[in-house]
Amino acid sequence: MATIITVLYYLMVGYFALCFIWNFLRSKKWQTEVLYLLALLPFLLRLFRLK
Amino acid sequence: MPERYMSRKIIFTALFLPLFIFSGLSFYRSRHLKEPVVAGPGVLEVRKLSHYFPGIKGSINDASVYLLGNGGAGQGSVLILGGSHPEEPAGRLAAWIIVENAVVNAGRVFVILTANPSASTSTRPGGAYPPDYAIKTPWGERKFRQGDRWSNPLDQWPDPEVYIHYPSRQQLAYMDIRNQNRTWPGRAKGTMTERTCHAMTRMIIEENIDLVIDLHEAELQYPVISTIVAHQKGEDIAALASMMISAEEGFQIGVEYSPVALRGLSHREIGDHTQAIPLLLETPEPFLDATRGKTDRELLLSGKDEFVMKAGKHGLLFEKIDENGWPIDVRVGRHLSSIIQILRVWTELHPEKPIVMTGVPRYTEVIEKGTGFYLKNPSEAPANRVFYE
Repeated sequence: MATIITVLYYLMVGYFALCFIWNFLRSKKWQTEVLYLLALLPFLLRLFRLK
Repeated sequence: MPERYMSRKIIFTALFLPLFIFSGLSFYRSRHLKEPVVAGPGVLEVRKLSHYFPGIKGSINDASVYLLGNGGAGQGSVLILGGSHPEEPAGRLAAWIIVENAVVNAGRVFVILTANPSASTSTRPGGAYPPDYAIKTPWGERKFRQGDRWSNPLDQWPDPEVYIHYPSRQQLAYMDIRNQNRTWPGRAKGTMTERTCHAMTRMIIEENIDLVIDLHEAELQYPVISTIVAHQKGEDIAALASMMISAEEGFQIGVEYSPVALRGLSHREIGDHTQAIPLLLETPEPFLDATRGKTDRELLLSGKDEFVMKAGKHGLLFEKIDENGWPIDVRVGRHLSSIIQILRVWTELHPEKPIVMTGVPRYTEVIEKGTGFYLKNPSEAPANRVFYE
């Protein structure tokens, strides 16, 4: 059960990471662009199993 | 998309990538830092914990077990646990010094330097911990992973809403399902941390281990500090050792009795589920106090902190602290002298099952020469005597 939850969790993390990248690319305000990149960082660290 | 937007995004991405790469590299290096161990004259064999329970094989928590002595069964035997909580470095360093220096003249000494290897590969989220620390030696520096109190979430996840301890079914804090000192005696089909405890419980039973000494450190705002926590089976040993330490070693140490109603701790469950007598040692570590200042390597090793001192002036601490702090040498020395005296008391009470260990420095020697003095140079040791944690 824990394995299934973990796989689903990583899929979710990947999905949110893509959402942040997508929103970063669509954004027209520099403040939100910075915000999306900062929010993206922990998601990438988790996705690559670094932290 | 207008070109000015695209140019800005390229610049932001160029700034973001180094941030990601450097932070990622820092975490990766911290998680994979190899810590050398030079097997001392007393080490007969190094085996894996999966030797006792194959269910842990292949996991990061398949810890190394260092066996010191003459290997014969039917003698007195002790298991010394360092790194149940790797963020408490004095326990690991004391165990390291034993493995690299001790000679066992009677009995058997089992040492696990990192009882929860997974917890040694991460640091506390939001705690601003350093990734590692270095101990100065006469030949250079020895670097160690900082570690955390809990198993790395990369190795064991998810946490439940409430952690229900096995087998007592007591409800504990959710994150303590990754706390190795809340998952004793463990279970074969449990989480990684529970399986690690199960493997150690199997080892204690199979090797007929008499004593288990679990090495810890505590914040000064925690009442269980500078003490030996004893299961009721070990009250006499703890009380006698406390008296001997206070009389001969140059520092005071108290005795606390393991609460019957608090489950999952080594000093409770090992005593209840095996033949062994568990004792848990606590030294003061200001680095762990919530009111600490800058959480850096200096604080970890010197134990000096003006804010913790101020808390002491307001009567908020359970242990004294002054401008001298609680240096790592003091904390390591306390653990080593406590172990020496506990084994001495054991041998006096059980002359038919002696455990006699020499070559281990005492409190005053560690303070005089430093912890690093007793760490061996891996580059000068034969390759087959160097192991890695």
